[in-house]
Amino acid sequence: MEKTMDLTLKVWRQKSANSTGTFETYGVKDVSEGSSFLEMLDTLSEDLVEKGKEPVAFDHDCREGICGSCSMTINGIPHGPEKATTACQLHMRHFHDGQTITIEPWRAKPFPVIKDLVVDRSPFDRIIQSGGFITSRAGSAVDANAIPISKATADYAMDAAACIGCGACVAACPNASAMLFTGAKVSHMNSLPQGKAEKDRRTLAMVATMDGEGFGGCTNVGECEAACPKSISLDMIAHLNRDYATAQIKNFFKPVA
Amino acid sequence: MALSGLVLVLFVMGHMLGNLQIFLGPEVINAYAYKLHELLPASALWAVRLVLLGTIAVHIWAAVTLTLDNRKARPQGYLEDKVVQASYSSRTMRMSGIILLAFIIFHIAHFTVRAVPGMQYESESKESRILEKTEVPLVKDGEAVLKNGQEEMTFNVNDMMVAGFKVWWVSAFYIIATGLLCMHLTHGFSSMFQSVGLRNGLWRRRLDRAALAYGWVVFIGFAIIPIAVMAGLLKQDPTGGLVSQVGETAAITESLEK
Ligand code: HEM
Ligand code: SF4
Ligand code: FES
Repeated sequence: MEKTMDLTLKVWRQKSANSTGTFETYGVKDVSEGSSFLEMLDTLSEDLVEKGKEPVAFDHDCREGICGSCSMTINGIPHGPEKATTACQLHMRHFHDGQTITIEPWRAKPFPVIKDLVVDRSPFDRIIQSGGFITSRAGSAVDANAIPISKATADYAMDAAACIGCGACVAACPNASAMLFTGAKVSHMNSLPQGKAEKDRRTLAMVATMDGEGFGGCTNVGECEAACPKSISLDMIAHLNRDYATAQIKNFFKPVA
Repeated sequence: MALSGLVLVLFVMGHMLGNLQIFLGPEVINAYAYKLHELLPASALWAVRLVLLGTIAVHIWAAVTLTLDNRKARPQGYLEDKVVQASYSSRTMRMSGIILLAFIIFHIAHFTVRAVPGMQYESESKESRILEKTEVPLVKDGEAVLKNGQEEMTFNVNDMMVAGFKVWWVSAFYIIATGLLCMHLTHGFSSMFQSVGLRNGLWRRRLDRAALAYGWVVFIGFAIIPIAVMAGLLKQDPTGGLVSQVGETAAITESLEK
């Protein structure tokens, strides 16, 4: 028979962006160890609704680790204690009966809390809008594999493209820096032939938007990499720094935009 | 941060190697100071000093603006905040940096401006051949160097260092500060490569190891001088290493070899 557990939850509750929030403590009973973290929160919300209280608001969509919605810091680690695992893919068997679990929203100036655990991550969209695109001929679809790309390059771009834009890197960073996210996006597009045309312009624009949104500066401590559910590597930040330095130098002599 | 850091990283190694010449005898370290102060044109010495001070200023300015930006980016912290993989050194760069700044100020007041009260800058010996109390003859091959028939004089850096480190809290401060420098470099040395994009997964492991080694070499290279003084292995020599003292120098070398 599947084991169940009773838990104490300390959850951040905040009515709206403008109200001040606090931690509320709740008990949940008979949580099956096979359920996911979000299913456990669903149980809590059902309890609350039954008692005529407001359920806990949290972002979620795919529940299979690919959309990047389920942002929450669980016991001090974004997406919880399991490596390379989103909160929706985190199973309750990693917790034990009687445990107290603290659940907080991402904490960063550019990610203001909208409600409870839900934060506004639109700064990421604006970083993408400023450079996360390529110019290509519209019209009929291009033949697949029309442009040869080496296996090594394809693999590298694939690793970078694994980023789901969840924002855990910002949440984990002591400086609330968005370098891992921006690094992944820039490395992905700058390393492929299709992305070469806008390479320098893209790099400068995305970094400028990132800075303008109010993210902090990277101090190379590496907490982002540890929290990332897609194991995006610090190599992507080095790649961004490399391309940024090159773009700055080129831009100094001849404007790239 | 990275570029100013690189200049400081290189300076620190050069400075350490320069200092270690004290183990080769008072005449060697004094001759080294003589080279820096008398043989080098004053303008070159000041150019190097200004570049170094300017580099430190740039480093501090970058650290302060970065810190302020980063504070602003996280106005509200976490109730629970776990560290998963960031090293202790990487998370304490500000603290080690601030203490190092205090150390550098003390250090310049101590050895460059020579204005720390209670420190002994003047030789205790009143031997007749010492013209100015702080000066000793420049010595080469155990003989005083003559210039225009006169003994060429130089500052007794050896005695200043030994006298300074005989004061226990001065030695303690130097050892603690260079220990913090070791920590600062353990992160900084590898981090500067990442900041300019010259690192990947493989080189990160290598550079992290190199940073650890560099930090320890610098720590041992600096801290060994106050330790040797406290242990009585390095001694004051009011003659600056003239032949008359060769017996003494030999004794020191002998005890060092043991
Ligand atoms: C045990 C450790 C150290 C010893 C024995 C030592 C010794 C000295 C001496 C004797 C001088 C003056 C040289 C002269 O009068 O010409 C000096 C200058 C200086 N040292 Fe050190 N030092 C040590 C560690 C450090 C460290 C760790 C740093 C920096 C991170 C440092 C930075 C400087 C600077 C900036 C100057 C000034 C250079 C100038 O403008 O003349 N020192 N040191
Ligand atoms: S880099 Fe990782 S942690 Fe950051 S947004 Fe992308 S998937 Fe999330
Ligand atoms: S809900 Fe889509 S990744 Fe978690």
